[in-house]
Amino acid sequence: MTQKLGTVVSGSVDGGVDVRLDAPVSVEDMAVGRYVTIEGQKQRFFGMITDVGLAVTDQQVSQSPPDLSDPFIAEVLAGTSTYGTLHVLPMLTIGGDAGLLEGPQPVKTIPSHFSLVNLASDEDMEMVFGKEDKERYWIGNPLDMETRLCLNLEEFVKRSNGIFGKSGTGKTFLTRILLIGMLQKSKAVNLIFDMHNEYGWEGSSEGSTHKVKALKQLFPSKVAVFTLDEENSRRRGVSTDFVVRIGFDEIEPEDMVLLRQTLNLTDQAIGAIYQMRRRFGKGWIESTLEMRDTEETRQLLRDLSIHESTFDNLRRGLEKVRRLPFIEPHVATDAVKSVLDYLGRGMNVVLEFGRHRDITAYILVANMLARRIYARYQERMEQAMAEDTTRPTPLVITIEEAHKFLNTEVATQTIFGTIAREMRKYNVTLLVIDQRPSGIDAEVMSQLGTKITCLLDNEKDVDSVLAGISGKSELKTVLSRLAAKQQALIFGHAVPMPVSFQPREYGTAESYRHFAPADAGQVDIEELWG
Amino acid sequence: MEERVGEVIEASTVAFTAQCYELYCLPPLGSLVSTRQGEVELYGIVHHAATGSLEPGRRPIARGRDEASEEDIYRSSPQLLKLLQSEFCALVVGHREGGEMRHYLPPQPARIHGFVYLCGPEEVREFSQSFGFLNLLLNAHLQTPPDELVAASLRRMGLAREDRHDFLVRAGRELALLIGDFNQLKSILGRLR
Repeated sequence: MTQKLGTVVSGSVDGGVDVRLDAPVSVEDMAVGRYVTIEGQKQRFFGMITDVGLAVTDQQVSQSPPDLSDPFIAEVLAGTSTYGTLHVLPMLTIGGDAGLLEGPQPVKTIPSHFSLVNLASDEDMEMVFGKEDKERYWIGNPLDMETRLCLNLEEFVKRSNGIFGKSGTGKTFLTRILLIGMLQKSKAVNLIFDMHNEYGWEGSSEGSTHKVKALKQLFPSKVAVFTLDEENSRRRGVSTDFVVRIGFDEIEPEDMVLLRQTLNLTDQAIGAIYQMRRRFGKGWIESTLEMRDTEETRQLLRDLSIHESTFDNLRRGLEKVRRLPFIEPHVATDAVKSVLDYLGRGMNVVLEFGRHRDITAYILVANMLARRIYARYQERMEQAMAEDTTRPTPLVITIEEAHKFLNTEVATQTIFGTIAREMRKYNVTLLVIDQRPSGIDAEVMSQLGTKITCLLDNEKDVDSVLAGISGKSELKTVLSRLAAKQQALIFGHAVPMPVSFQPREYGTAESYRHFAPADAGQVDIEELWG
Repeated sequence: MEERVGEVIEASTVAFTAQCYELYCLPPLGSLVSTRQGEVELYGIVHHAATGSLEPGRRPIARGRDEASEEDIYRSSPQLLKLLQSEFCALVVGHREGGEMRHYLPPQPARIHGFVYLCGPEEVREFSQSFGFLNLLLNAHLQTPPDELVAASLRRMGLAREDRHDFLVRAGRELALLIGDFNQLKSILGRLR
């Protein structure tokens, strides 16, 4: 059912239109972020309420307020001398001649005077956000609506994307929902750098001891769990597929550059790293660490024109890397190769960090693996293009604490900066998860296709997330009104217009059944045992 | 049923004056009256009424010094009923032509000696379906303050309707849109009960 709200009284394309509410409609029933349709003369417009206001026809009304204890006076004045207003940002045109053929189009004009404004019906929402089907995936419901918000995941994974929000606003749940979606509906495979062990096996839900199932439990045949901390994984009862070890001889100078901040390395020390690598070859870290304070060493440093304090700085940094438990002098297994093997078979890989939640470990490992995997993808893609054979499966790399990889200082150097910028040329994209989007390089932010943001309350963060989008100030109002939990705003490439929504339920037995209907044949062991 | 209340003795495009057949038999302020002009039925709202001497030069004098009651004055001087007259003025607010009710001025004024009827509830209901007449009432330059006249006419119309409250609310909303001055609106709304 459509409900008539009012009529358009003024407006502009840039600023949106003002709507005068009809008498029976209470401003208290309106909410920022809800959707309306406007029946123009030639086309229908689809827009979002960005502000709700009160107005009076005569200033005397506010100067000498009427006696509203008299119900008659109150009834007469509501909607006439005193009335509500809406500010609506038209975003799409639906219906009309072009609309029927090509679907919703961005607005280039506004509806004429006194066009009727209705609450958007479920059919309208469906026309805009589509139905759940082979490519579209239900991620949640627009706020205060029953309609399902569906995301075209095939489109979604073609660009790098970002999920933002303060800590505790539901980023992890949202990410799980999206990962499941990608696993089911897109052809892409995922590589997840799981810093807090939340995506592979059981995660916990905030504020309760209730455990939440994760990818491997829901889709055992499609997900492989890699771990850096075998002992921790075993204790948590995770069935892991591979234990990642990293050898000293695998670490390249480029891997160290990214650690500059965390290891407190100076510019000179970075320069020294490259010199050491040239001098000692593959075993440069070990050789550097083994250098004793002898005349020979001093001579060497003089030859390489490295200052002693720089050398000390470098050694301290390398010592810190050596102390990481998963680092060994030489490793027989090749983590990169096996990740690629799994990915090549269409399996999704979750890399758990176990107890090594130290940011140094996370940056080092994520960067090392991603760099090599990206290089391999690049090779294979170029080869496929040259020989016109099948291209490698699209890959989505999920990283948390993304500002550590993508901040202004290192974004140009790290592989993640490259992936975010070069996007899909080589079929590799990023899913960036972060709580301080302002820390991410503006250039990288601008390249993210779809952004999903939960509540943010830092002005800088809000600005950086919304940078460059039309109707920014209106969306700011919407964003700041999101509830602290389980509400998010999505905008960008994969959705026709910004929409605030409540992510679908995750964590109950029923929700699991919805998520993994294909595996319905496999009876849950927990359920078998009651 | 319509009740005949007088006869037109003066008429213009915007108003007509009628004399009552009986002294003091005046229609109430704000009531809807009608008179015919050929095929056209004219509707007016009573905005002013007066009782006075038939001859402009002869003013009544006080006669009741030795009478016990006011009624006795008229009984002992029966000629008074013939020397005094009651008149009322109605503002033309609409007409009906070819069965269609129109809330604007008719093409011709009323005829002298046209009979004037007080409209019955049925007709009042029909006339008050729409509030187009309010604008005429508000903008007329009359002796009676427009606030009083509007409120009186709406009160009278309300009496003819079963949905009195709803009717007054609708009328009030219409007024709120017509009147820019909030204090005037408040004063009219206050008089509607």
